[in-house]
Amino acid sequence: MTSDDNGIEVGGLVRDFKKGPRAVDGIDLSVAPGEIYGFLGPNGAGKSTTVLMLTTLLPPTDGTARVAGHDIRREGARVRAAIGVALQEAALDPLLTGREHMRLQTALQGVPRRERAARGDELLTRMGLADAAGRRVGGYSGGMKRRLDLALALVHRPRVLFLDEPTTGLDPSSRSELWREVARLAREDGVTVFLTTQYLEEADVLADRVGIIEAGRLVAEGAPETLKAQIGRPALEVVPRDALQRDALAEVLERFGSAAAAPPHAAAVRLSRGNDALADVVRALDAAGIAIADFQLHAPSLDDVFLAKTGKQLVSGEEPDEQAPADRVTEPVAS
Amino acid sequence: MSPTTGTLGLQVAQLARRSVLRTFRQPAQVVPTVLFPLFLLAVNTAGLEAATELPGFPSDSYVDFAMAFAFMQGALFSMVNAGTDLARDVESGFLQRLALTPMRRAALLLGQLAGVMAVSLLAGVIYLLVGLVAGVTVVTGVGGVAVLFALALLIGLAFASLGAFIGLRFGSAEAVQGFFPLFFVLLFLSSASLPRELIEQDWFRTVATWNPVSYLVEGIRSLFVIGWDGEALALGFGIAALVAAAGVAGAARALGTRVVRG
Repeated sequence: MTSDDNGIEVGGLVRDFKKGPRAVDGIDLSVAPGEIYGFLGPNGAGKSTTVLMLTTLLPPTDGTARVAGHDIRREGARVRAAIGVALQEAALDPLLTGREHMRLQTALQGVPRRERAARGDELLTRMGLADAAGRRVGGYSGGMKRRLDLALALVHRPRVLFLDEPTTGLDPSSRSELWREVARLAREDGVTVFLTTQYLEEADVLADRVGIIEAGRLVAEGAPETLKAQIGRPALEVVPRDALQRDALAEVLERFGSAAAAPPHAAAVRLSRGNDALADVVRALDAAGIAIADFQLHAPSLDDVFLAKTGKQLVSGEEPDEQAPADRVTEPVAS
Repeated sequence: MSPTTGTLGLQVAQLARRSVLRTFRQPAQVVPTVLFPLFLLAVNTAGLEAATELPGFPSDSYVDFAMAFAFMQGALFSMVNAGTDLARDVESGFLQRLALTPMRRAALLLGQLAGVMAVSLLAGVIYLLVGLVAGVTVVTGVGGVAVLFALALLIGLAFASLGAFIGLRFGSAEAVQGFFPLFFVLLFLSSASLPRELIEQDWFRTVATWNPVSYLVEGIRSLFVIGWDGEALALGFGIAALVAAAGVAGAARALGTRVVRG
């Protein structure tokens, strides 16, 4: 690997804390230059700890990593010069304006004095913050803060960008705006993006490849489509009209495949013959005298991948309404 | 740490500028710094003027005598302002943002302290102007005013660096504010209100004699009421320099623990 490289190579990365279990437990991964890598996992899985190590803010207990061709243990300053980082809490000064943030960041990043104002304004404009540039950040919305955070991360034209849960807490439209910008950076500017998220949809939409982390270990890795194809079969979720028939319904469904996760008032099956089995399922339910209130067919999602790999569903604590992606198992409304 | 871009001076200037901007945008930091010392000066001068009648009292004007108290209070506010701002940077993660730039660690501390000193200088000018309007005289004249500001800034730096140490060590603005009363008590248990020789209670006189704050107060006060007093100035400058050195070293160490970069 040369110093011009803008990929990430991680080998056996470990981080222990004095209290609690091992936060990161031997992670190996590699991110190709210009790739968007989605690091997906629930709260406390070790995502942020990994990012802190890769960005040189936390020394690893064991293992190593090279970021943009530089060793994170021995060449911290070179790593920092090559990377842009937006950490989980958009760490901004509520008393300063957007433009003052850019001025401070461009100066500290060593942008030549003549170019500072122009570089700051260019990024503020690109992030849609030109009108708000003179206002104090304390009055910004969550989405504006994240965009300013991203603008600050870009002032020195980094080759690798780390985004730690960049859209947590954002409304759906702010989220898609940020996705567009991140995708543009990777596609047009060739920036490598390492992104942590607890949102399946974010990983699915944005990432070229996804690594699923659970309890400090990487449990699956691949392109979202590849991972979903590994799971393969669609799931059928059925809500009986009479809730008392739920168990009988589940028995019938299990003739067509293995049981899948479903809300308490419904039953679901992962169809072993795929969609071909649908007609047979309906006939079997009819024969068993089970009236159907609702049924939904779900194509395999990253949620299913996550469930298959970890035995758990990825549900984060905050804002369940906002993060429910279109393809995840949702509770159907009983008619 | 290479590649380092930008000079230390540039980084310090940028961070000092930020510190000053922050202070002036928080009325809760500016108003107490400027008004409380003046308020207490007015109250003390009105209430304690009779003290000047005591045999051995070094001045026939209590307001001349009490000016040192105002400068000391200003220094205490420098402590709170420096500590609170750095603690907020720890709490908000702004410190991590700064740590990811090629900024030198020292620049953060020096920038913050320089910003607080600038505000402290301005506050000092206001105390002195208000004092002069109220009839204060500086027996050491213009040269004394210059030395006064040098000493007041060094004392401000000493307290601000202690504040910075507390803010960085504990990473909590509440912790900094929690220490404030402790230092305020130290000020009251010094010779700030009466010359040590005139303190009647033995215990109080003993405490005031051992309390280093007394010598800071006496150094400033000598310029207003006594004249050029080499011993008072040497003690004032010396103790302030020692505290500042300890405070800056402690704060630098606490910052090093907060910002561990590879």
